Amino acid sequence: MALTTVWFVLIAVLWAGYFLLEGFDFGVGMLLGHLGRDDRERRLLINTIGPVWDGNEVWLIVAGGATFAAFPEWYATLFSGFYLPLLIILVALILRGLAFEYRGKVDSPRWRRRWDAAIIGGSLVPAVLWGVAFGNIVRGVRLDAHHEYAGTFFDLLNPYALLGGLTTLTLFLLHGAVFLALKTDGEMRERAGKLAARLSVPAIVVAAAFLLWTQLTHHDAWGWALSAAAAVALVAGAVAARARREGWAFLATGITLVLAVAALFVTLFPDVMPSTLPGGASLTVTNAASTPYTLKVMTWVAVFFTPLVLLYQGWTYWVFRKRLRIEHIPVGHP
Amino acid sequence: MDTLDLARWQFAITTVYHFIFVPITIGLSALVAGLQTAWVRTGREEYLRATKFWGKLFLINFAMGVVTGLVQEFQFGMNWSAYSRFVGDIFGAPLAIEGLLAFFLESTFLGLWIFGWDRLPKRVHLATIWLASFGTMLSAYFILAANSWMQHPVGYTVNAERGRAELTDIGAVLTNSTALVTFPHTITACFLTAGALLLAVSAWHLRRRNQVEVFRPGLKLGAWVVLISGVGVFITGDLQARIMTEQQPMKMAAAEALYDTSQPASFSVFTIGSLNGREELASVRIPSLLSLLATGSPSGEVEGINDIQQRYSQQYGEGDYVPYVPVTYWSFRLMIGFGGLAMAIAALALWSTRKDRLPRGRWLWIAAVSAVAMPLLANSFGWIFTEVGRQPWTVFGLFKTAQSVSPSVATSQAATSVIVLTLLYGGLAVIELVLMLRYARAGAPETVVPPDEDDPDRPLAFAY
Ligand code: HDD
Ligand code: HEM
Ligand code: HEM
Repeated sequence: MALTTVWFVLIAVLWAGYFLLEGFDFGVGMLLGHLGRDDRERRLLINTIGPVWDGNEVWLIVAGGATFAAFPEWYATLFSGFYLPLLIILVALILRGLAFEYRGKVDSPRWRRRWDAAIIGGSLVPAVLWGVAFGNIVRGVRLDAHHEYAGTFFDLLNPYALLGGLTTLTLFLLHGAVFLALKTDGEMRERAGKLAARLSVPAIVVAAAFLLWTQLTHHDAWGWALSAAAAVALVAGAVAARARREGWAFLATGITLVLAVAALFVTLFPDVMPSTLPGGASLTVTNAASTPYTLKVMTWVAVFFTPLVLLYQGWTYWVFRKRLRIEHIPVGHP
Repeated sequence: MDTLDLARWQFAITTVYHFIFVPITIGLSALVAGLQTAWVRTGREEYLRATKFWGKLFLINFAMGVVTGLVQEFQFGMNWSAYSRFVGDIFGAPLAIEGLLAFFLESTFLGLWIFGWDRLPKRVHLATIWLASFGTMLSAYFILAANSWMQHPVGYTVNAERGRAELTDIGAVLTNSTALVTFPHTITACFLTAGALLLAVSAWHLRRRNQVEVFRPGLKLGAWVVLISGVGVFITGDLQARIMTEQQPMKMAAAEALYDTSQPASFSVFTIGSLNGREELASVRIPSLLSLLATGSPSGEVEGINDIQQRYSQQYGEGDYVPYVPVTYWSFRLMIGFGGLAMAIAALALWSTRKDRLPRGRWLWIAAVSAVAMPLLANSFGWIFTEVGRQPWTVFGLFKTAQSVSPSVATSQAATSVIVLTLLYGGLAVIELVLMLRYARAGAPETVVPPDEDDPDRPLAFAY
């Protein structure tokens, strides 16, 4: 395999890891108001992701850094082209990250309500916008001959990309509800399980529509196969959620997200950002890439350190594997 | 203002802001790890109380470091896409490695440390904070290697056809002489910053005779850290100045507002006059000191701005190669001045609290509390000096700031971004300050109950 292909795959892996992991903590964040009826319940929800959300977010940072290192042209075009959506995502992630740490730090209902809003909004906004961004990447955008983005902000809000946003939104909601059913016990487990069963229907409809639209436009054999596999996993997840097989349901929604990202990336390949502008030039794995030397260096780094990261992140999930119950949440604030 | 000015303002504002929290994170994580080690080894409760207390301040600060760091990672692509295209082949690597090696380590093990008090064996739990602390230093190394490459590019060739710089030797980039001196200088400055925080908060409590058993050792530890790391800062700063004179002579000349080549060169402590340097009304100078600082010899020759400007015009083509001298001149002095002041206060505090003394006078305590701000200011001025002194280049000798900005970003977008981030950061500064003061004043927990291992329904030792 050419090194450019290796890095295309690695970047897909990083995004898949990001969606798989931060996907559920976005879901938990969005469901905070809905499932958490009082302060202690909301804290129960937040504490299910407390030890891991920051590590999950690093998947995004590394995806960004790896894109910069392996495909600088892609990084430059994507980040300068999708300027305002990225700014909005940044603001959302900033508020959300601080909210986890700060919401319990002042004992005032108003203070906590505001940070709760930051968690809910700060999870909702990126959950939608990442889907919109990926929709646009796969669909293609107006790139001129110098690979500069020539479209406007509103070009990014086309129906296909918006459906992409709805897809990540519903999938993350489902994934989060399933995660909560898996990680809590008692009444919350019951409630989250019921909600997951209900959320699975819109998730299936929306995701199927988006993947179908993608493949009907692009007709990629691998894309069809992976989309079909993602759909099967999602339906299996829905069935498992209804049967209250929480572990299986979480595994299935996780696999759905990974396969959906894979389907989008194979559809994209060998482009990384197709141009829809007449006379424009698409960015491909070849013309966006770094030199073979840089790719080689980065490959060695990835080969040595990715397993290590997976090992210790996996260990964290093992350490915090116990289900949380409302009794576990101390009454006073820290 | 055009997109370029706005992008520069945004970079300056967001990076200086990020670097308020960074040094506290780097320094305090190691100090907290040290306190926890003392607790594990001696079993004395004061150490555990101190660990919990400083740990809480550390976490409030850490959250801000994380979220402001996100902006850093994104804004190269957003505002500086031409720069990213030019340097990505080289500059991207340390950034990606930083994420993979350092950020994963910090965030994962800090999560384990925060929530792991009752989940992990004592020694394993202790290891998590050391690993997180190690991660912060690793992150500093890689980002500083990236920045050092901009100050002094090595291990590359320029591919004219693709219009970009390409990596030829990663080893050279990671062992850049600039990085090797910048790293210890920055790390010692980080310890100075964290030490001053310990000193200041402890002094506030000691003045009120509050929890003396926790805060007297806190004050001593903080003051010693300030003094020792301060010496390190000065030594490494001196090494840096020498390397800088070699690699970026214009920066050294601008730091001194030295227009004419001199041998030996005197160090200007303070100047009144027109800072474009044409006229000097009054100044205090130390003979030969600049020669010593810049070349290591009291009679060394130091090149002046005018000569360098002429040389650069021949080398790089017509243009203005002089950075904005008032900023470089004053930021250099303020960096050294504020750092030195923090050290003087630390020495005074140690002297006044020697043996079992705890003076009543108020000035000592006011000075000690104010020490917290000084290294923060010194750090900011240090970076402002480093970065402004490199102008007009982003990559010294290769790529100019004016070429770096994103061509596709409209001025209105860049303006939106600066305004949004500035307002947001301003608001967050207030919140952060309120929380820091609140928890600093609250003092250490009076007792810490060890968790009861046998009760499965016991509340979590720590919960958000
Ligand atoms: C000397 C050290 C140093 C310097 C010069 C910088 N940083 Fe930083 N950065 C850190 C040292 C650090 C740190 C101490 O490691 C932080 C603070 C809080 C944290 O999580 O790590 C951090 C956080 C941090 C994060 C969040 C990591 C996380 O979520 O855990 C990112 C993405 C960056 N930084 C990126 C940057 C970039 C792109 C910089 C250059 C413009 C930069 N930092 C300057
Ligand atoms: C954390 C400490 C840092 C601070 C406080 C800092 C400060 C600044 C300041 C004040 C400017 C504006 C200079 C001007 O407009 O004249 C600037 C510019 C810049 N710096 Fe730094 N910097 C820091 C670290 C870095 C690092 C680590 C990098 C790269 C990895 C970097 C890359 C840049 C770039 C790309 C610019 C934009 C071009 C420019 O306007 O000069 N900086 N920085
Ligand atoms: C005699 C004392 C000092 C000297 C000679 C000195 C020298 C220098 C020099 C030459 C630079 C610029 C390096 C470059 O442009 O490549 C620098 C940067 C810097 N200084 Fe200092 N410094 C001193 C004291 C301090 C103090 C007291 C602090 C903070 C407590 C500090 C913090 C910094 C920081 C954060 C930077 C920017 C990062 C870097 O390039 O290392 N310095 N210093």
